[in-house]
Amino acid sequence: MNGLLIAIVLFLAAISVAQIVRIFELSSALNKEDSNAVSPRDNDRQGKLLLIFGILFELSFFAMVYAWMPDTLPQPSSLHGVEYDALWDISMGTIIIVFLLVQPILFYFSYKYRGVEGTKASFIEHNNKLEMIWTVVPALVLAVLIIYGMTTWSNTMNPKNDQQPIVIEVYAQQFKWTARYAGDDNTLAYANIHLIQGTNTLGVDTLDKNYADDKIAAEIHLPVGRPVLFKFRSQDVIHSAYMPHFRAQMNCVPGVPTQFQFTPTITTTDIRKDPEVIAQVDRINALRLSQGKDPYEYDYLILCNKICGAAHYNMQMPIVVESVEQYNQWLKEQKTVAETL
Amino acid sequence: MSAEVHTHDHDHEHQDHPTPNFWNTYVFCTDHKMISKQFLITGMIMGVVGVMMSMLFRLQLAWPEKKFAILEVLLGKWAPEGQMDPNMYMALVTIHGTIMVFFVLTAGLSGTFSNLLIPFQIGARDMASGFLNMLSYWFFFLSSVLMISSLFVEAGPASGGWTVYPPLSALPEAMPGSGAGMTLWLLSMTFFIVSSLIGALNYIVTVINLRAKGLSMKRLPLTIWAFLVTAILGVLSFPVLLSAALLLMFDRMLGTSFYLSDIMIAGEALHYQGGSPILFEHLFWFLGHPEVYIILLPALGITSEVIATNSRKPIFGYTAMVTSILAIAFLSFIVWGHHMFVTGMSPFLGSVFTFTTLLIAIPSAVKAFNYLTTLWKGNLQFTPAMLFSIGLVSTFVSGGLTGIILGDSALDINVHDTYFVVAHFHIVMGLSAIFGMFAGVYHWFPRMYGRMMNKKMGYVHFWITFISAYGVFFPMHFLGLAGLPRRYFTNAEFPLFDTLQDINVIVSLFAILGGIAQLIFLFNFFYSIFRGPRSVQNPWKSNTLEWTAPVEHIHGNWPGDLPEVHRWAYDYSKPGLENDFMPQTEPMQKGEVETGH
Repeated sequence: MNGLLIAIVLFLAAISVAQIVRIFELSSALNKEDSNAVSPRDNDRQGKLLLIFGILFELSFFAMVYAWMPDTLPQPSSLHGVEYDALWDISMGTIIIVFLLVQPILFYFSYKYRGVEGTKASFIEHNNKLEMIWTVVPALVLAVLIIYGMTTWSNTMNPKNDQQPIVIEVYAQQFKWTARYAGDDNTLAYANIHLIQGTNTLGVDTLDKNYADDKIAAEIHLPVGRPVLFKFRSQDVIHSAYMPHFRAQMNCVPGVPTQFQFTPTITTTDIRKDPEVIAQVDRINALRLSQGKDPYEYDYLILCNKICGAAHYNMQMPIVVESVEQYNQWLKEQKTVAETL
Repeated sequence: MSAEVHTHDHDHEHQDHPTPNFWNTYVFCTDHKMISKQFLITGMIMGVVGVMMSMLFRLQLAWPEKKFAILEVLLGKWAPEGQMDPNMYMALVTIHGTIMVFFVLTAGLSGTFSNLLIPFQIGARDMASGFLNMLSYWFFFLSSVLMISSLFVEAGPASGGWTVYPPLSALPEAMPGSGAGMTLWLLSMTFFIVSSLIGALNYIVTVINLRAKGLSMKRLPLTIWAFLVTAILGVLSFPVLLSAALLLMFDRMLGTSFYLSDIMIAGEALHYQGGSPILFEHLFWFLGHPEVYIILLPALGITSEVIATNSRKPIFGYTAMVTSILAIAFLSFIVWGHHMFVTGMSPFLGSVFTFTTLLIAIPSAVKAFNYLTTLWKGNLQFTPAMLFSIGLVSTFVSGGLTGIILGDSALDINVHDTYFVVAHFHIVMGLSAIFGMFAGVYHWFPRMYGRMMNKKMGYVHFWITFISAYGVFFPMHFLGLAGLPRRYFTNAEFPLFDTLQDINVIVSLFAILGGIAQLIFLFNFFYSIFRGPRSVQNPWKSNTLEWTAPVEHIHGNWPGDLPEVHRWAYDYSKPGLENDFMPQTEPMQKGEVETGH
């Protein structure tokens, strides 16, 4: 019944708009003007509106940066993350400069050259010198960005190790993460979903000589300053292990092993003392308090970042970065696979 | 040129067409003008569905705890008591993406304007094959019906994202939408590809063979260049998607393992062995990236035409514009890997894709600067079409620039699949293309229906749309920089994102405002079809051939002989000439030097 009433109201509204438009058209026909041809007044008005929009658009850009940048990710907590952020700043700086130059030109030209009755546009069909300039200059800028980007990419994907990295398997399934530590031998035993049985939930091969000391955990602990090699595996669909604080991400693909390595540089305790993080957490907690929710403590996270099903939005696991001693202590407390099976 | 009716007949082949009746005039019509209207109206209906879906999931994202009665009315069991089901959220984003990318911005845009403008602007009586053209529309119609019908299956429509990556899309156990809904999705896309292929072949053949006397490639309007290159891209890339879809069907129905291996789901180990989901990603994006330019190039072509006409100036750097279209088209085939930087691909391969991807910024920059220089020292006439074209240049620049971040493999690592990506592609491809489409509709409405659209409503429509478009997508960059992944039903599970909720609310408010503003357009469109003031033959004082044909649609477009072309399409405000425009059919005057070569 409500739906019918709404439909009737909408229909009547449409009819009344139609009638109003009709009145406008008839009255302008009486005034002998073509209501749909662009008049000099339209050009003047729209040109000015475009200029005003251009100015407000630029101002709102700065307003958004001011208001929202404090809620974005804090400083990187990994070795390569520092290099990542440096490249980010250069690239972002470049595109922001271009953005801040080109948009005003567009809206200023729209205003400046708005149609005026009786004037004629200049006949300018091409200028090879100008074309050359805006081919070569972007090409040079991009060459720098490409070379810088490739270098960073190469350093990130092929890190040089002066220490043996700790090997950790990150195992993804709908909708949870599990970690498997390689244990004392730092070698992960072979595992396959076909071997999953009973308490052997990751399908670890018990015939593999390296299996006994592997350790399975529900959260990831990492020692600060040690390179960590993550090996990713998925049980069902594609997931993506996204660790934004470390500027790290890799897909977990069923049947196709993947890996990513980084060195955490800031412990969880230390990142909680970062002034930007303190300010952000204060804002979050003020909001949570007003909503009657529990206070929040800052944590590193691994999030799923590839659509994986209904609970994709809540597939997460905390990451704790701590001192080597704390890490060793924690690892010692974890049960080995041999003990759990 | 006046619309005087010549007495002699058309070419002989056009005399024996059947007597017009309802069916062959409005339904199974082979006339390009009617087919273009059919594509436009179908595209608009699909657009309404796609945009409404986005408004529904924006309600969910901004106010995840609130219950909205409207959701239960529209979604039924998928929103019990007005609270959206996560599976429905996934379905909405999936079908929204599919509809907007393929049905609105590919078929709706190319289908409408290639059909309308190719015969008109090259001076042809119709498409090379009117029958294939009709088939192209009806395959598209069938595919639209299948896609819409998938919304009503018991387990819900496809919901694994518009990219339908397996295994998620292959296994009904992974999510309910991957059952019958996904089957219908694949069937629908198969017919869509057939439609797109025969349409594109027809466009290519027509442009190459049926150009009017004197219309060399160097005199071709940029619209036609863009449509031609778009069609070539489609012919080369859509078959790859078809093969990807076929193999996915085999995996789903026949138990093959092209994309699947080592999977345990719902407590059961499946038999699939040896396939790779990454193979699907390669095949999908081999179409998927050219697809971006299949969407964008027609919009850029339309904009070139609209900006030149309404600046009363030649398009700046015609040759550079054609070259950059060709360069973009070529490069678009060798950049697909930038969608896959974090799939575990070889780092060397990643470097190659970074290199090719960032190269695209060069021809794109050339296009943007050429648009600016066309405006420079012009005599700008702000029709609604012109405003939308200026909007396109703005969004093309804003969105294109963030591509330099995302195309860089090193930087992509941390923003991949976050809202930064959503912001980027919606601005550069979604907004630019939809603005190009609006510009096209406002500009060529008189050519399609012989009447004018209301200017004032056009202005209001433009301003609300333009402001809310940026209001929706610009703030999303900051969500991405905060590390918020896309396709999350709610971000309430992460206290880290709590303070971002303000941004989500702002985005949703603009989305609702922008969505409602489209009613102004729809009203203006349908009202003007029936009641708009009658158009004169050449309302925008344009040079191209479509405005030399009579206002009323006749079979064969021109009474009497086909027009003959004597100049390029951009002799606006040429010194020494009386008018500020000079139709392509006007012979060179004494002492006049041909320009544009």
